Formats: sequence, C-alpha cells, structure tokens
Amino acid sequence: MQAETKTTVDRISGSSGTQISVLRFSGDISSTSKDSVLGAWQTVNGGGPVLLDFSKVDYINSSGIALIIQMLMEADKTGRKVAAFGLTPHFQKVFTMVGIAKYAGLYKDEATAAATL
Amino acid sequence: MTNAAGTSVEVRLPSRLGFEKVAMGTAASVAQLMGFPPERIEDLKTAVAEACINAIEHGNNLNEQLSVGVILSARADELEVKVVDNGSGISKQPPAPDIDRKVHGEEEPRGMGMFLIQALVDEAEWVHDSKGIGSYVRLVIRLDKEHELNKESE
Repeated sequence: MQAETKTTVDRISGSSGTQISVLRFSGDISSTSKDSVLGAWQTVNGGGPVLLDFSKVDYINSSGIALIIQMLMEADKTGRKVAAFGLTPHFQKVFTMVGIAKYAGLYKDEATAAATL
Repeated sequence: MTNAAGTSVEVRLPSRLGFEKVAMGTAASVAQLMGFPPERIEDLKTAVAEACINAIEHGNNLNEQLSVGVILSARADELEVKVVDNGSGISKQPPAPDIDRKVHGEEEPRGMGMFLIQALVDEAEWVHDSKGIGSYVRLVIRLDKEHELNKESE
C-alpha cells in the first residue's frame, strides 16, 4: 500500500561556491522509509549544507516526520545547515506545526532554498 | 456538490501499516462530496491517517487478525470520523512534542501523531469502551459555510 521511498543524492554549488548536498526524495516517507532516508543521509555525512527536496513526495506521516527529525539531530550535532523545498502547502503547515521549520528553512523551490545556505 | 448529510460510510482495514491510505482516500471522498475546501480535506486526511496508524500499531499491535473500523458520519455542517480498534485506549494524553528536546536527543523523535490529530481537526477525543471490547478516537471537522459562501462570491 505504501509507495516505496526512493532517495537520490546530488551535489550543487551554492551562490558563494559552497558545495551543497541535495537529497531528493520520491514516493512516501513513512515507517518503511528508514533505510532509504537515513541511508542517504549517511552518504552526505561529511559536512557542508544539505537541501531536502520533497517535490516528488506524495505522503508523509508522523513516522516519516520522525525520520526527518533524526536527520536534523545529526545536522545539529555537527552544525550543518539544512533547508527544504518542494513541500505542498499542507505539509509546509505540518512541518511548521511540529517545529521542523525552526531547524530547516522551508522554501518553495530549489534556487530560493540554495541561496539561503 | 452532493447532499451527503445524513449518510454514513464504514470501512474496515486490516491492521497493517499502509492501509491507513484507504481510510484517507475514503474520508477525502466523503469530505469532497460535502463541499469541504481542499486545504481542510488535506487536514482531515492527515488526521485520519494518524488515527488509523495509532489504531493499527498501538490499539491492535499490528495483529492482522484484527481490523480497524473507520466510520464516517456526514451531517449538515460537520463530518465525524470514528476510528475503532481492539485496544484498551490511552490512559492519559502524552505531553505536547518539544522539537528542541527531540533535536537534542532528549525526547524520542516519534510521538507526533496525537499532536497532529488535535491540531488539524475541530474536535478530537479518545474514548475507552466501558464494555472492555475496544476503544476509539472520534474526530470532527466542521464546514465553515459562511467562509465558503464568501469564497464563492469572490
């Protein structure tokens, strides 16, 4: 019933030449997404800012939110900046309600998000 | 818009994660027939999904021999959703999640479901069945007809 989570990792250059890792998620983010989401995070665990791309995500539940919080925990430990983009207005509201927006800026598109890192 | 008032729809889900999406889709269809705006339907879908996940995971302990009942009752100005499981219900409401404590590892990253339910619907109550045969969560989302009429006239 749940759409498999797929995560790809890109690297882009920020406006000041900073290398930014981009985690691009697709499908659902739920309890079955742990390996895909946290596994992708491990591949970018060297440092530098991270963008989270939710533009191809259809469904996020509270278990998925917990995985995103786990990424923010890891980022907080090493002082990495995180920003997100591509969320629907509903999930922007949900992320703000649960406090994720305090630790990861939420932006409408990749260029706007990358410019903040 | 169809006049759905007075109708009731019931769905039974296996206690397997992922099947909450069946309830989400059904609730969204009923709410759409009642004339709820898209943003409220999204709120309802998330609240219903979280209620079903709680019922599957905690109420029925992922026992696929047990089902989760979802009863949607459409009224003139509100939609009530009851999500019924075989568990004993919750003894007390968990504290509101604290994102700072979660990010700093002082609180489990999970535990957002009940908070989201309460934040996204107009009423939410958790009821323990006094006969000891299960419990349910009751959600209510209200139609704001004045708001909808204003939007239509714009």
